[in-house]
Amino acid sequence: MKARDLITEAVSGVGARPARTVLTIAGVVVGIGTLVTTLGVSATAGNQIAGRFDAVTATEITVRVPVPTGRNAPPAVSWSAPDNVARLNGVTAVAAWSRTPEGRDLPVRANAVRDPTRIVDRLLPVLGSTDTVPAATRSTLAAGRFFDAGHVCRRDRVAVLGPLAAEQLGLTRIDNQPAVFVDGKAYTVIGILGPPGRPDQPVPATAVILPWTAADDGLGLGPISTVAITTDLGGAQLIARQAPVALAPNDPSGLEVEAPPDPATLRNGVAGDVSGLLLILGLVSLIVAALGIANVTLVTVMERTAEIGLRRAMGARRHHIAVQFLLESTVIGLLGGIVGASAGILAVVAISVAQQWTPVVDGTLAATSPLVGALVGLVAGLYPAMRAARMQPVDALRGPA
Amino acid sequence: MTDVLELAAVHRVFPADPPVTALAGVDLRVRRGDYLAIVGPSGSGKSTLLNVLGLLDVPSTGSYRFEGAETTTMSDRRRTGLRGSRIGFVFQSFHLLMYRSVLENVMLGGLYTGVPLAERRTRAVAALDRVGLGHRHRFLPSRLSGGERQRVAIARALVGDPALLLCDEPTGNLDSANTASVLDLFDDLRAGGATLLVITHDATVAARADRQVRITDGRISITPAAARADGRIS
Repeated sequence: MKARDLITEAVSGVGARPARTVLTIAGVVVGIGTLVTTLGVSATAGNQIAGRFDAVTATEITVRVPVPTGRNAPPAVSWSAPDNVARLNGVTAVAAWSRTPEGRDLPVRANAVRDPTRIVDRLLPVLGSTDTVPAATRSTLAAGRFFDAGHVCRRDRVAVLGPLAAEQLGLTRIDNQPAVFVDGKAYTVIGILGPPGRPDQPVPATAVILPWTAADDGLGLGPISTVAITTDLGGAQLIARQAPVALAPNDPSGLEVEAPPDPATLRNGVAGDVSGLLLILGLVSLIVAALGIANVTLVTVMERTAEIGLRRAMGARRHHIAVQFLLESTVIGLLGGIVGASAGILAVVAISVAQQWTPVVDGTLAATSPLVGALVGLVAGLYPAMRAARMQPVDALRGPA
Repeated sequence: MTDVLELAAVHRVFPADPPVTALAGVDLRVRRGDYLAIVGPSGSGKSTLLNVLGLLDVPSTGSYRFEGAETTTMSDRRRTGLRGSRIGFVFQSFHLLMYRSVLENVMLGGLYTGVPLAERRTRAVAALDRVGLGHRHRFLPSRLSGGERQRVAIARALVGDPALLLCDEPTGNLDSANTASVLDLFDDLRAGGATLLVITHDATVAARADRQVRITDGRISITPAAARADGRIS
C-alpha cells in the first residue's frame, strides 16, 4: 500500500472523534503552552532583573592603591588625583581615603576620664578622607554633618563616625559637641553616618573618619589607600578603564580596580538561571502531556479493537496497524504543538502588556514547538501502537461492533 | 472443478489446564462456486473453524490448503497477504467504520493489498452497484438500515475479488425482511459464480445453501437433509 493511503487513514482516524481529539490535544496545548510561556516570560523577566542590577550595583567601582615600598618613596596616588577622576565624563562621585593598616587599628575613646577599672579604649579603623565620602559610598548622615573642603583645607581636627563606631563608643547625639580621642589626640565629632549604602564598602561604617590633612598631621596616616567611585548607569566599564590613568598617570597598571561584572554577562547569567528553572517546569508539563496522549491513545486502541480486527482481516499487517496509530498520535501532537505555540506567544505578549514590559519572543522556538509537539505525540504513541499491533483480531471480530 | 480450500485432519487445541480441544479432526473441502452452510450450536467450535478458515488462526495439527497452497507452513506475512487478497469477510455486527461514508468503507477493501486509490474507488462503485446500494455512496453507516449495512459490508468484501466469501452469522443482527434481502443477495452472488461459506445457527439461513455440514464438539458431520441432497462431502 502507498504511504499516502496510510496518511489518509491516520488523518481520518484523528477526525473521527472530535471531542476526544480535542481533549487529547488539550494535553499538548498545556504542555507546549507552558513551555513557550515560561521561556518567553523568563527571557522578558531576565531582561528586567538584569536592568535592576544595572541601576544599582553596576555603577560602583573601587580602586585599591598599593602601600608605597619605602618610607620616602613618592605616593602612587597624590591627594589631588581624585579631582582628575571627578572630571571624567560619567563619574557621579569620587572619594579617597587613607586608613590605618589592617590589624593596626588605633585606640579610640569617647572621653578623657582615666578609669583604671574599665577598659574604655576601642580599637577602631581610622580613615583620613576627602570630603566626598557620603556621596561616593551612598551613605546618608544620621546626625550632624560631614566635614567639607574648608575643614580639609584648614586641617581642622574634626571627626565623623561610622554608625557602628558610634555605637561602640556610646555616642548617639552630637549637639553637645562630644570629642573622641584617637591615640590620645582629641577630635570634635561633627556628624554620624547612617547605614552604609554600598555593600562593597563596609569600612567607613565601622571607622572614625577624619579630614585627610588632619589625619596626616596627627596620626601620620599617609597617602591614599582606597578610591571609591560611583558612575552613571552603564559607565562603570569605561570609568574602570580610565580611572587608573587619571589617578596614577605614571603607573596606572599598579592600581587594583574592582569593577562590577560586565552587565551583559550579568544579564545572561540571571536570565540563564531563570530560564533553566522554568525550562524544567515546561519539560515536566510536556511529559505530563505525553502521558496524557499515551493514556488516551491506549483507550482509543482498546475502544477500536473491532476496527483493528477488521483491518487485520482485510489483510493489514502488524506494522500497518502500528504506523496508523503512531501517525494518529503524531498528528495530535503536531496540532497541539501549533495551537500551544500560538497560545504561548499570546500569553507572553499579554503578560508583557500587563507588566508594561517589552515582550521577547524567540522565533526559532515558535517554529520548532509544533515539531516538539509532534515528537511528543510520536513518543507517546509508541506503546499504544505496539499494543494495537500485537492485538489478536480473532476475538475482536465476533463481538459487537 | 478446482478446490478453493481443503482441510484435512485439522486439530486446534488451546493451551489451558486442562487443554481445550476446539477442533478435533476436521475434514472439509470447498470447491469453486460452492454455497456451503456450516451449522452448529454455540460452543461447538464454529468460531475456531471460522478463524482457521479465515487464516486468522493456525491449526495445531493437520493440513489446510487454500487454492492448492499449504497455509500452515506459510510465514505470517504471506498468510496475511493471502487473507487480504483472496478472502472476503462478512461479520454478524458488520464492523463498518461509523465515521466514514459508505463509499469509503467499501474502499477499505484492497487498502492493504496494494490496490491503487483510483482502482479501489472504481471497484467500490461497482461493488456497491452489485449489492444494490449505488445511490448511497455519501451516506454514513449510522443512517442505513441493518440490511443495508450488511450489504455495504458484503460490497467491501467483494472489492478485492476474493476466491472465498466467508460469512459469520451474516443475518444474526437482522430482522426477517432484511434477512431475506441479504439471502437473496447471496443467491445472486452464487449465480454470478462466487464461492460462499456461511457459518450460522439459523436453520432457515442454512437451508438456502447448496449443502450443509453440522459441527458438534469440534467434529464435522453431514446433516441428514444435506446428505440426502448430495454426497459431495469428503
